[in-house]
Amino acid sequence: MSRSKEARPERRLLDSGRTTRTMRWVMAIMLFLTVLAAALGLGALAATHSLDRQLAGRLTVELVEADPAARDRDARRLLAMLRADRAVTAAQPVDPARLAKLIEPWLGAIGSDPDLPMPALIDVDMTDASDAAVAALSARVTHVAPAARIDRHARWMAPVSQFMTLLLALAAGIVVLLALATGTIVVLAARAGLEAHRGTIEIMHMLGSTDVQVARLFQRRIAGDAAVGGAIGGIAALAVAALVGSRLAALGSALASGAALGWPQWVALALLPLAFVALATLAARIAVLRALGETL
Amino acid sequence: MAGAGADKVTSTDASMANIVQFDNVGLRYGTGDETLSDISFTLATGAFYFLTGASGAGKTSLLKLLYLAQRPTRGVIRLFGEDAVTLPRRRLPGFRRRIGVVFQDFRLVPHLSAYDNIALPLRIAGVREADIETPVHEMLAWVGLSDRIHAKPPTLSGGEQQRVAIARAVIGRPEILVADEPTGNVDPAMAARLLHLFDSLNRLGTTVVIATHDMHLIGSVATAQMMRLDRGRLLDPTGALRFPPGHAAS
Repeated sequence: MSRSKEARPERRLLDSGRTTRTMRWVMAIMLFLTVLAAALGLGALAATHSLDRQLAGRLTVELVEADPAARDRDARRLLAMLRADRAVTAAQPVDPARLAKLIEPWLGAIGSDPDLPMPALIDVDMTDASDAAVAALSARVTHVAPAARIDRHARWMAPVSQFMTLLLALAAGIVVLLALATGTIVVLAARAGLEAHRGTIEIMHMLGSTDVQVARLFQRRIAGDAAVGGAIGGIAALAVAALVGSRLAALGSALASGAALGWPQWVALALLPLAFVALATLAARIAVLRALGETL
Repeated sequence: MAGAGADKVTSTDASMANIVQFDNVGLRYGTGDETLSDISFTLATGAFYFLTGASGAGKTSLLKLLYLAQRPTRGVIRLFGEDAVTLPRRRLPGFRRRIGVVFQDFRLVPHLSAYDNIALPLRIAGVREADIETPVHEMLAWVGLSDRIHAKPPTLSGGEQQRVAIARAVIGRPEILVADEPTGNVDPAMAARLLHLFDSLNRLGTTVVIATHDMHLIGSVATAQMMRLDRGRLLDPTGALRFPPGHAAS
């Protein structure tokens, strides 16, 4: 083999072997898990934001009135008042037929019985979702129809939102733990590498090599392993995340589709392996310099 | 492999006559007896020394102190005009680059070729690849290993490994060459040739210190001075090693 075709001289100083291959696969697994956890977290974050966007300011005015004539009259007055209200962007009465369909699983076909006292419902979207704005609107609504009450969607979707927040925190925790584990693995690998190449390092020191020069060899080695492993693990995780995303989209659920990742999230996920390469390189440098500092 | 971070060492006295000075140096490993005791000598710049003594007399330990692989337990060592005992660790590489070492066990990097082993000091010193090839080829020719350029140490004989080690030690034109039994594994003809190499280097100004048992070798350099160790002590009955002629006692 011609010299020019061989690896660069400084790369030959640390002989490669089984350890390198193992390290690459460990990094691939760590990055696979990290990117998946991050995808889960970003999906949960996107779903939470989507829920917030959909539910913030959305409420339903319920008019419970046994007399159908009085109910319909109050409902018309309420609708007119709401549509004229500056705090309301949209007010839409819920079709009684749709309402009957909604309660059909519980009451059967009786829901369409005109003798059944069904409440009148009006879906309302507000410009301001604050408690004060909702309370003010509630006062105006009860002024028009004392029997009316307001149901904020955010209230009954709060457990879902809390679950999403929990998922997000869990994913963030997993990413942090995996980063710590990766750093620890790198430190251990660097120390093992120092031990395995003790002879070469001693020779280098005796020939006038600085600690930084030695550390650079390990940094380069570990950065290379982390890059290869990160590429394998990262690409695999991105493929899995894309597959899961497409399956979620196929569900047709508003919540599931809200978890779909946008391009900024995909870019962030793709950058994660690079961040881990940087982390591994830094951890290797610190570990090697510290260990060498204890020698003469 | 640029030499980032290595301090450039400058002599405090350009006309320095003595390159090494040991003063009451002692070395103890662990809690045992002193391996070296009360070692005092001065090495003149450009001189040639043989270090002799029975096995276990402390030759290798003394050489380790010389090439900064070990710090003494006590005493003063001045190297290139500076106190080497209290030298900060970060400055050691700069000093070590000025010292060529032939280790008794060769200490070649086993997975590197003969070429790369010999080139290592130059690469560590940050010499460009383009400037490395010619001197390495010259050194390989000098030690008679031009045909073994790609061979790795495990495939080399003991004598060949020794020659690679010598080539690696001298390729950077060190100011001091320290060699521990450098001809122990070669035939007499090659020993003479290597000695000629050391002598040539010495004529170019390098201070040479060779630890050896080989009396024939010692007798072949007329200008060489003898340093004899006996059970960790340097025999210097006339004081010529401590206060060589022309030495300005400080």
